[in-house]
Amino acid sequence: MSAGRTEMDPKNQIEKPRSQPQEPLTQRKSEQGFVSAAYKLLPNILGFVSLFLIWHLASVYVVQSLLFPAPFVVFQKAWSLALSGVLFENVGYSLRRILIGFFMGSAIAVPLGLIIGSFSLARKFLEPWTEFLRFIPSVAMITIAVIWFGIGEQSKIFLIIYSTIFIVILNTAAGVSAITPNKIRAALVLGASQRQVFFNVSLPATVPYILTGMRLAMANSFTTIVAAEMIAANEGIGVMLWNGRMYMLIDEIFVALLCLGLLGFGADRLFRWVIFRFAGRYSPVA
Amino acid sequence: MFIEIQQVSKSFLSRTGRVSRAVDDFSLNIERGEFLCLLGPSGCGKTTILTMLAGFDHPTSGDIFLEGKRVKDPSRDRGVVFQGDDSLYPWLTAQENVEFGLRMQKMPTEQRRAKALEMLKLVGLFGHHEKYPHELSGGMKQRIQIARALVNEPKMLLMDEPFGALDAQTRNIMQRELRKIWQATQTTIVFITHDVDEAILLGTKVGVMTAGPGGTLREVIAVNATPDWERSDPNYMACYDKVHKMIRDEVAKSVAHVEQTA
Repeated sequence: MSAGRTEMDPKNQIEKPRSQPQEPLTQRKSEQGFVSAAYKLLPNILGFVSLFLIWHLASVYVVQSLLFPAPFVVFQKAWSLALSGVLFENVGYSLRRILIGFFMGSAIAVPLGLIIGSFSLARKFLEPWTEFLRFIPSVAMITIAVIWFGIGEQSKIFLIIYSTIFIVILNTAAGVSAITPNKIRAALVLGASQRQVFFNVSLPATVPYILTGMRLAMANSFTTIVAAEMIAANEGIGVMLWNGRMYMLIDEIFVALLCLGLLGFGADRLFRWVIFRFAGRYSPVA
Repeated sequence: MFIEIQQVSKSFLSRTGRVSRAVDDFSLNIERGEFLCLLGPSGCGKTTILTMLAGFDHPTSGDIFLEGKRVKDPSRDRGVVFQGDDSLYPWLTAQENVEFGLRMQKMPTEQRRAKALEMLKLVGLFGHHEKYPHELSGGMKQRIQIARALVNEPKMLLMDEPFGALDAQTRNIMQRELRKIWQATQTTIVFITHDVDEAILLGTKVGVMTAGPGGTLREVIAVNATPDWERSDPNYMACYDKVHKMIRDEVAKSVAHVEQTA
């Protein structure tokens, strides 16, 4: 009853927000925050443990073959490869290629995507390029990349750029065209020039789409780099896999696979964290 | 005259290549400081009129003048409050949304912050200025829109069914507050609605439109409202009856028109 009265009270005529925003973690006591965070992470951790547990059971009790090593054998191998420096060298090479190609590709793709999304003339002109090339998978470009750039860094970086660029362009362009006309109109009646509309409305409104495109491109980059390194490279995770096949080093193959899974997972988590930390406010609903 | 809308018509070319008339030979003069409600059944072209007043679109024929100057493009002279909340910038806080126009004019930070806070106070959003739009209710989002338009000190405010998406309670509160804001700022307002009650509760004048397609102005009714009149006021009831009959009349016509063509 009293709640109803306060609503009618003219001094209290502001509607309450429908959803209370979540309190930032920092405002809670840190201990409490740690416990609740651990509690939230528990299913995730259990999921990870179960993955290795089932792997272990399958290897030791079901398959019982040298061709399917148990997790602890793989961990042992990984440890010795890490100590000798071979593991870090190969992972480092792959990671470096991915990062350089990924950021260069994104740097090229974002402006192009913005242009394609903003100007229909540019879209019509560039669409044949994007629509034609995006159906040629980067894996199919490996041979020509090696012929053009050799087996060094250039060919790998070219391939990562290639595999990054189209997905980021398409997402960016989609983001620009998803801006509701009223956002632009509102800016115009508030006195913004075309240039101001671009930098203050179109660009920030597109940020979530750009980041989503980049996240997808990151996943693509992992596929491409492994394939490229398997075919033509002197070092990298792909080389580990290929050598493992050549010399029947099953343990090493599994170490490489494990690394890929962990790296991919780590990179994606990192990306999500960056999106949340730096660009959460650009999402319509964070 | 402050605003002159002279024999404005607007037609669109439909996808099938047929010309459809949204507004037909619409003329209306609006005085400075007026609160004009444009009332009509849906599809009569009232939003089209507002779109052209704002300068987002141009008449097929006829002219619109503001203080003797032809309206061509969107300008800071004419603030707009849109129906939905999709015109707010979700990456900016309530205050930053309100500051947007001033920032585009390159007003110094301190000055525009002070102005925005003052305006947020006027629309009753003080204390919520650091929240993002998605943290606010529908009514509060419309308050941001009103503040964002008014802080720019436009010569007039165009409102396109701004409370259409709100629940009845909130709408009532918002109507009263808008009336107060209008009294405080003396800004000329053109307010689009299909709600008879809303039109006569808010407006100093109500422009009733004929049914679409190709609607035009049927009659302008002066509402002799006291600042805080209630729905129990006999004047209100008489006015409501009169306008309601007109609208019912127009809707009946449009239904007959549809049946005829079908």
